[in-house]
Amino acid sequence: MRWIWIDKFLEFKSGESAVALKNISLAEEHLHDHFPGFPTMPECLMIEAMAQTAGILVGEARNFEEKVVLAKIKKAAFYHFVRPGDTITLHAKIDSIAPEAASTTGEIMRGDERIAQISLMFSHIDNNLSGKQFPEENFVFTDMFNSLLTGFVEDKTASEPSE
Amino acid sequence: MAMSRDEVYEEVKEVLIDALGLDDDEVTPKSTLMGDLGAESIDFLDIVFRLEKAFDIKVPREELFPAEAVLNNPEFVSGGILTEKGLAELRDKMPHTDLTEFEKDPNVNNIADLFTVDAIVNFVEGKVA
Repeated sequence: MRWIWIDKFLEFKSGESAVALKNISLAEEHLHDHFPGFPTMPECLMIEAMAQTAGILVGEARNFEEKVVLAKIKKAAFYHFVRPGDTITLHAKIDSIAPEAASTTGEIMRGDERIAQISLMFSHIDNNLSGKQFPEENFVFTDMFNSLLTGFVEDKTASEPSE
Repeated sequence: MAMSRDEVYEEVKEVLIDALGLDDDEVTPKSTLMGDLGAESIDFLDIVFRLEKAFDIKVPREELFPAEAVLNNPEFVSGGILTEKGLAELRDKMPHTDLTEFEKDPNVNNIADLFTVDAIVNFVEGKVA
């Protein structure tokens, strides 16, 4: 994960569900063009925020051993605009997880108001592309996002503890 | 409680409509998943997950879609054509699939046509029986 699009986790139940939070700021430059005079968070970036929330949930479920890649947007329905100054929460749940892939459902909320429903499929690419070879290091889960999980799960990406 | 074939078919149809974003009338028993319904590889996993939930069954992917393992084995494929051994393996691994047509021209390019709605219904019927 080379960039982070969520601010923090509020809840993290390993292998089950997670809730992340994101604040939307007018300092985000794309909002100046989307749209001039009427800044709203682009829907594709809501999907990205959910993909990060659910993707980390799926990755953690297998100790970050898999390269978890967004493979399919099963559903994305949007009900309200998200504006600068808003705080949204991203609620993700693992529906199914297998050696090759995982499927998640999720909702984006602003307080009690439902903003979007987003269901995704993730591929564990080492197990799922007809034996195609990928670099050994896990380029999906770099150290950068570790801080997000601090306090929620043990640091599972750290090297073996010394005796 | 055993489900009738029609009930299984209707449920499978729902799964495919949801997984592949189809209209009601696009799905027929003879439809091929890839050719007719436009399924891609990740969709097969989506379908497997949805079948598991819809019918409360376990679906090992290699059981429903075992062709991959066959295709990757040089003993079973030669020059893009399935060998006798390969065909025997398919028959063994895909009892839920009608191979009559395929056997006339067992080119690996035709293998996609084996994944039909009927084949899934047969498979699920075997699981819920």
